[in-house]
Amino acid sequence: MSDIAHTLAKDSGGRPAGYDVERIRADFPILSRTVHERTGKKPQPGKPLVYLDSGASAQKPRHVIDTMTRFLEEDYANIHRGVHFLSQRATDRFEAVRDKVAAFLNAPSRDGIVFTRNATEAINLVASSYARTFLERGDEIIVSVMEHHANIVPWQLVQMEKGVVLKVVPVDEAGVLDLDAYRALFGPRTKLVALTHCSNVLGTVTPAKEIVRIAHERGVPVLLDGSQAVVHSTVDVQDIGADFYVFTGHKLYGPTGIGVLCARLDLLKKMPPFMGGGDMIQSVSFNGTTFKEPPMRFEPGTPPIAEAIGLGAAIDYVESIGREAIAAHEHDLLTYATKRLTEIEGLRIIGTAPGKAAIISFVVDGVHPHDLGTVVDQYGVAVRVGQHCAEPLMERFGVGSTARASFALYNTRAEADALADAVKAVKEFFGA
Amino acid sequence: MMDELRELYQEVILDHGKNPRNLRHPPDANRMARGENPMCGDKFTVYLKVNPDRIVEDVAFEGRGCAISTASASMMTELVKGKTEEEARVLFATFHDLCTKDEDEHHDHGPVDEEALEKLMVLSGVRQFPVRVKCATLAWHAMSAAIEGEDKASSE
Repeated sequence: MSDIAHTLAKDSGGRPAGYDVERIRADFPILSRTVHERTGKKPQPGKPLVYLDSGASAQKPRHVIDTMTRFLEEDYANIHRGVHFLSQRATDRFEAVRDKVAAFLNAPSRDGIVFTRNATEAINLVASSYARTFLERGDEIIVSVMEHHANIVPWQLVQMEKGVVLKVVPVDEAGVLDLDAYRALFGPRTKLVALTHCSNVLGTVTPAKEIVRIAHERGVPVLLDGSQAVVHSTVDVQDIGADFYVFTGHKLYGPTGIGVLCARLDLLKKMPPFMGGGDMIQSVSFNGTTFKEPPMRFEPGTPPIAEAIGLGAAIDYVESIGREAIAAHEHDLLTYATKRLTEIEGLRIIGTAPGKAAIISFVVDGVHPHDLGTVVDQYGVAVRVGQHCAEPLMERFGVGSTARASFALYNTRAEADALADAVKAVKEFFGA
Repeated sequence: MMDELRELYQEVILDHGKNPRNLRHPPDANRMARGENPMCGDKFTVYLKVNPDRIVEDVAFEGRGCAISTASASMMTELVKGKTEEEARVLFATFHDLCTKDEDEHHDHGPVDEEALEKLMVLSGVRQFPVRVKCATLAWHAMSAAIEGEDKASSE
């Protein structure tokens, strides 16, 4: 990891000690660019980029970019196939990332790590392979109202086909999961729980361990969507006890096209293939085909090889800073940004759960989020506006959509100030 | 920077956005269609009263949206009223070009109400903001679906 550029420096005024955010920012080439520069008749210098949309997708550190480039330049070949030097080399590097991911989640077994395209595909894998096989008409799946569509629609597809029933855990006004209601939803037909570990809209971190304990007492397996959680905290799947845990690479400063399903190996072994193809079979014949053991059974075809290498580099990068240090930095940003935003009259933050992650969804009286997004963008501030793939949650809070600022390891207090100032300018612009 | 924003959000748009005209459900409407923009969750319902001579006698809408989609819906109700179905179609097609294409790429969709088009020019600023084109055309898609007798439209 000697090529990771940043170093941890000494403290500066009241912030988490040893976190040199400027050095970290220097690791991300894109953060030095400007936006909206114009030439021609009315030239205008660019605005510094204030990237507060990492919840949608995080930017990539030089270490990830370089590792992928060097892999493609030096070690690339197809994996699990060739007897030649490069194929072996690429296979070794690809499989080393599986070990790295297992360690990152403290998974009990590397064979429980299945590479997918993204978290969505990982959930669809479990829905298609596990739920379609083991659930029957009238069986129940528990989800929550704050799920991303990726943790709703795959189960609805099973619902359409198999006639299973979705039970929905509510959240309170702050966005906290209602654990009593959750407990009460269990019945003899409950066969699966699929909940988020951290809401992409509210920032609410759910009590994963408690969720699993309650389900396991009733013999029900649990899938947790960790797409946001792995970015903002340390995740230990053995401690949590999750049967299925999914996340995606691109929100964790890695490339797009690579996601992870971490599953209990005994469950995976019982599950039929999700997709068919090469590299997942023991032997193929027109009299019958036999499948490999997990994880290979679930990875048909040539996988995203370079992307997996990139994910490995992203994990190295995050670990080199330290997940505790990142969480402390983000907590500082969350506290500061929340304070700055709540100073603005008519601004309401949706999602105020204690211990939440650094994600702030908000609405402003008299200004539609879409208009807000367009105007703050002119100040160089990138936020997400809309429903955030969570329409049921929008309905729960009685809003059509929200603006969302999501903070990452490279953001600064000054950027929170820039957001607050831009929102004030929006209010002025629309006379709100 | 502010120039571009002012061009997108002209006074007329801010006015229509804040005080939309014909925001109502006419009891005698005989056509309606919903329009949805899945990106932002905006939903409009457009109501038409079309008489036997295929003249749109009344246009109104309900729903919520951003300043641009609301202003566009509001202006649409004023501009489509009194037109024949065909005239309304031509106005939408011409307006759509205005929002999405450079002038030399505009098609001739037929004789158009130039005065109405002139008023719609204020919305053409969306051309510089591609994701906002859907906002500017959402209610129009719904209107067009209502004329064609479909009950749903998406600006996707």
